[in-house]
Formats: sequence, structure tokens, C-alpha cells
Amino acid sequence: MNGVHDIGGMDGLGPVVRETDEPVFHADWEGRMFAMANLLIGRGHFNVDEFRHAIERIPAPRYLGSTYYERWLDAVQTLLAEKGVVSGAEMESRGAAPTPPSQPATVPGASKVKTVSAAARIRAKFRVGDAVVAKNLNPTGHTRLPRYVRGHRGVIHSDHGVYTFADTNAHGGPLCRQHVYSVCFEARELWGPDAPRKQRVFIDLWEDYLARVPTARAARARGKKPATKRR
Amino acid sequence: MAHGTAPTGAALRVRALESLLEEKGLVEPKALDAIVDTYETRVGPRNGARVVAKAWTDPAFRRRLLKNATAAVAELGISGPEGEHLVAVENTPSVHNLIVCTLCSCYPWPVLGLPPVWYKSFAYRSRAVRDPRGLLREFGLELPDHVEVRVWDASAEQRYMVIPERPAGTEKMTEEGLAELVTRDSMVGVAKIQPPARRASR
Repeated sequence: MNGVHDIGGMDGLGPVVRETDEPVFHADWEGRMFAMANLLIGRGHFNVDEFRHAIERIPAPRYLGSTYYERWLDAVQTLLAEKGVVSGAEMESRGAAPTPPSQPATVPGASKVKTVSAAARIRAKFRVGDAVVAKNLNPTGHTRLPRYVRGHRGVIHSDHGVYTFADTNAHGGPLCRQHVYSVCFEARELWGPDAPRKQRVFIDLWEDYLARVPTARAARARGKKPATKRR
Repeated sequence: MAHGTAPTGAALRVRALESLLEEKGLVEPKALDAIVDTYETRVGPRNGARVVAKAWTDPAFRRRLLKNATAAVAELGISGPEGEHLVAVENTPSVHNLIVCTLCSCYPWPVLGLPPVWYKSFAYRSRAVRDPRGLLREFGLELPDHVEVRVWDASAEQRYMVIPERPAGTEKMTEEGLAELVTRDSMVGVAKIQPPARRASR
């Protein structure tokens, strides 16, 4: 979803404020919240992709007005209610009414992937050095493809191997496993000609987010003009 | 958003949630205590500092760390959640690395502990990928134009740590002594490590 969490490249969010001798937790409840969420994930009540997506589904003004662990609290309450572990009414009866999310968990990601066996050998579509473009996808569900790379060209820097696809795992499947690549984008490709020359962003992207940039030879073989320029 | 001692709305809600989950047998206070204690006392940037000091003094370890950081830090007994797929990136005189998670706040817990508030802030997450040099300037780090800045956005399962440059004048120091020089900020990439003399005079 194009949520307010997808914040890379935005302006207007202020200077970075640092704290000296910062404690790990700023209040007891932060530690309790951190521990509860980890225990619930570890015990399989929800997975980390569902948890991230529940944070993304916090209504945008509330997301921006909350601290980090306040967002964890909202997300855990949302998931407990949605999964029927603890009802919203029960939480409300204790003075801890959950905040309704901006959308249900059932709004799917963009992927139309097929179920694959966990044991299946999954071949990599791309190799190190391949020119790729991040697809212009705008799924309304969970995705780990941020807006700031969509439509931009990069190069496969490394292949991390095969991982469960977050976009489907956040919505209860189907099980999809695919290669994740470190993709290198030049700052000028992402931010335009005023960006410094010696600056790059490396971001880890699942294979479904990427398309091959046609090379001159491949284009000639198909009898088309090579795509040397974007757009 | 104040962090006072009086219970805030969130504090009361968390307390209510914990008692509900406990009544249902889903969490036990002792299990929560153990997790809090682990991250308050046992997991933190001292772990990462040991890794960096060893990489500086043991070239074979450095190579293993750059090839497979998860396996290399496990040699030092370091592992755990958010460290299953660790990647170490190395600063040099011509390359400076910076880590961020723009979509949430992914961070390599086993080596750096839990992230500071500024790392999780909208300001840091929004600016690191777009204007890393300007951001680093606010941290007091001015990088010359000839230095390449590489920003690592941890958007999938990999978690990154920076191996900072070993400062000059530390040639005779022991691995333990070197580990004490290594700061959390240097392993995020928002600071360099000061030579020991300059640190002492501050």
C-alpha cells in the first residue's frame, strides 16, 4: 500500500534529534510491549510480515503522531482482534480499545504468484551485473517495494538467495519463495541530475519487483529498437 | 509522547493487554522479563564492537565477515533475532557506507542492540536515501566529494552493519582496547571513529 510509512525521499520531517545516553526502553511499558510482540510472533500467533503490515494499516495521521512502541501496540491489538485471539470487546472492557485499522488485512498485495513447495529448487531469473528496472507496482496490500525506486533502473549487485515473499506472507499466503537481490541504484537515477555523482542506494528487492532492461542485442534479436533511455 | 513516570495512555493499555494475554495463557510475565533483560543487558553495540575489533586485527576473520557475516559473528557467540541474515559492509578511504530502513526500522539487533530513537525517526528514514551527505553533516561528519556514499536500505531479510575504518595511531592497541573505541554510530555509518588521542582530549 502507498502508506505514510513509505517515507524514503520525503521532505519536511525535520532534523534528526539525538539523545545522549539513551536508554534501551524509555519506560517500562515499552519493554513489555517489545517483549509481548516478540513472544506472540515467536509463538506463531502472527508473522512478522503481518505485523509490519498492521503497523502500515494504522491510520496515517495516527501513525505520524505515535511513538515507535505506540505503533507496535496498535498493530498487536489489531492482529489479536483480527485473528480472534482476543476480541476487541474484551480489550475495550479493560480500557484498551483497539484503534480500527485504515483497511482490513484481506486487501491483497499485487502479486499473482503461484504456491511453491518449500523444498522446490528455485532458479534465479537475474545474475549479478544484470540491468533491471523496479516495476511500477502500486499494490493496495503489503509490499516491500518502496515508491522511491519504482520505475527506476538499477543493477543487480548480489543475489541473497531464496526467501519467503513478504507481499504474500503478510496476507496468509500462498507460500511463495523467490530470490531476493541487492539492487544498486545511482542517486542521479533516483533523484535527478542535481544529486551527487558518487552516491548510490543499495536496496534488497524480491524478484517479482524487478523486470529486465532489454539489452541492445536482445532487442535486435526481436527486431526492435534497443531501449537505451528510460521512458 | 512524553516519557514521564505517570502512566500514559499507552502504559495503561499495555498493562491491560499483558494481563489479558496472561489470563489466556498466551504470555507469562517471566518470559517477558527475560526478553526485556536480554535486550537491556546482554544484546547491544558492545557485541558489534568486538566484531569490528576482530576484523581489524585478524585478516582471515575480516574476509569471512565480508563473505558471510552471520557465520562470522557466530564464531564469537553472537546470533539471534534480526541477525539471521547479516551483511557487513566496509568503509575505506574512498567508500562510506550508511544503513537505514526506510519502510520500518530494521536493524541488526544481535550486533547493535535495539535501535536508538533517531534511527527510527521519520527524519532519518526519509532523508538517508535522498540526502545522506546532508544528514551526515548534521551528525558532524563532512565527507569530501571524492568519497562514494553507499546507502543500504534494509527492505527485505538482510540486516546490515558497517565496519568503520580503523583510526590512525592504533597500530599497537590490543583487540580488546580497539573494541572500546568502536561506537554504535560508527557501525550505523553516521560517524567515524576518532583516534584515541583526540578522544582523550575531548
